[in-house]
Amino acid sequence: MIRIEGLSRTAGSKTILESINLEINRGEIFTFIGPSGSGKTTLLRLIDLLDSPTTGTIIFDHTDTTAPDTDRLAIRRRMSMVFQKPAVLNITVAGNVAFGLNFRGIEKSETDSRVHEALDIVGLLHLADRKAVTLSGGEMQRVAIARALVTRPEVLLLDEPTANLDPVNTELIENLIKRIHQSFHTTMILSTHDMIQGQRLADRIGVIMDGKIVQVGSIHDIFYLPNGKDIARFVGIDTILKGIVESNDDGHARVSVSDAIIEVITPCQKGTRVSLFIRPEEVSIALKDGDLPKTSIRNQLQGKITRMVPFGPFVRTTIDFGSGLTALVTRRSADELSLAVGMTVIAGIKATAIHVIPDSG
Amino acid sequence: MSEIVSGLLQALNLIVTLDPEVMQIAALSIMISLAATVIAASISIPLGGIIHFYEFRGKRAVIILIQTLYSIPTVVVGLLLYLMLSRSGPLGYFGLLFTPGGMIIGQAVLIIPIITGLVIAALGGVDRNISDTLISLGATGFQTILQVVREARLAILSAVVLGFGRAISEVGVAMMIGGNIRGETRVLTTAIALQTGIGDFPFSIALGIILLLIALVIVVIMNILISGLSTESQQALGGPRI
Repeated sequence: MIRIEGLSRTAGSKTILESINLEINRGEIFTFIGPSGSGKTTLLRLIDLLDSPTTGTIIFDHTDTTAPDTDRLAIRRRMSMVFQKPAVLNITVAGNVAFGLNFRGIEKSETDSRVHEALDIVGLLHLADRKAVTLSGGEMQRVAIARALVTRPEVLLLDEPTANLDPVNTELIENLIKRIHQSFHTTMILSTHDMIQGQRLADRIGVIMDGKIVQVGSIHDIFYLPNGKDIARFVGIDTILKGIVESNDDGHARVSVSDAIIEVITPCQKGTRVSLFIRPEEVSIALKDGDLPKTSIRNQLQGKITRMVPFGPFVRTTIDFGSGLTALVTRRSADELSLAVGMTVIAGIKATAIHVIPDSG
Repeated sequence: MSEIVSGLLQALNLIVTLDPEVMQIAALSIMISLAATVIAASISIPLGGIIHFYEFRGKRAVIILIQTLYSIPTVVVGLLLYLMLSRSGPLGYFGLLFTPGGMIIGQAVLIIPIITGLVIAALGGVDRNISDTLISLGATGFQTILQVVREARLAILSAVVLGFGRAISEVGVAMMIGGNIRGETRVLTTAIALQTGIGDFPFSIALGIILLLIALVIVVIMNILISGLSTESQQALGGPRI
């Protein structure tokens, strides 16, 4: 549907985007995740043809968008974009939603029925005659979605659509996005700095960091098999351990980390320096004197709790076994086990839950 | 003190009885300033739009120059126009010196910078995301400009009303270009200056009250308009009046 080739964008001497190559398929939800200021909004604006790239091209449905303004307008009219901060005009909600249709010269009766339909989808039919500027943030964002939807775009771009919303409205908008996708099979391109939202909404994810796409893949690829330290940290992997492969028996390797040996699954051969990425929710904790659970957990590391930080319904617990290891324990478990800083515990990690990449340096 | 009180009473009498000379001066003032405002607005609104919507070298300098001209002394405009319109001046051929036509041009020149500057501020007060949203919704360049101007319409109207207020209350241009000729170019401000000079205080006070009433009407209109504006536009125009 959209092919991006060698795209870059500079502003003065600052490089905002660099060497972007990407293909977005028809009907998928593709989500860009990355820290604030990494270039996500710039990329979405380039895709929506609001700005022009410094170098490179965007091919939209086999048509090169490096074209005269009239052709770009025709391509732009096959897309719609919802911005992070919804801008509504000082007229009624229905009037705001009708804009895209008015610009296209659609007849009034057709416009009225499509505006009605779009407002119904976003659940704002009862506010059709209200002045749009009097709405709450969540309602304005729904108006923006209805306004983008009413033109029946082939591609819907959503730039941090819930960044300024409370959790209730965030859930509402996310559900709406999913429902629209299910009903219309619209190709959706989202950006978010919230990796959990990326996980909830995406078919595929592209990670942008410092203006470059550093990894593209499925949710599983990005969250469990990140191909670099920075991506791993961004997707919530707290524990990154350095070690050397001591032995490898048919992909079942033993890696020495500090004074401990950790069993992992990797093709890396003996002597290879590796990084081990361990998600905090993959680490279980048992009391040192308690019965070790009879499970398939190959790695049982003894260490002392050095830090406990509340994290919503969880407690982020750091265990020192010679290196630091973070576990995400439910508050209930932490209370039941009477976990406390200074206590010696056993941290368990399955060999299959550890992502191993050869260390580049 | 008694002179002021008796002057005030006589002034009210002149207004209430619709004294023909007072009414003629007031009507001429309003007519000239209205004409000047219409001409200035028809130049300033497109000019402000061009400056706002198009990027060009020296844009910032142009805006600073326009803002500087807000406070240009009316006598300086009067002097420059006098030199242009006088018989030996480049525009002397048109015979506009000491005519209402000349005064209209003078007042228009005086308020063009104010209206232009405030139009730029009004358009700048429209949320930048709005033009992005409009373009993204498939608007052409012209459709985008039209909608942004529509969004700023109340702020633009406020700018025009403010321009009218400046035009009707100025005295330098009216005096130097109009010449204060009785029945022809004598307007409220020049008449007040003259009548005060010759000691006819009731007449001056009557005209002064009318001028204040016009100012009051302008402020009321401004408040009504500004109360309908977005916060950004209110700030662009110097905040809400009340």
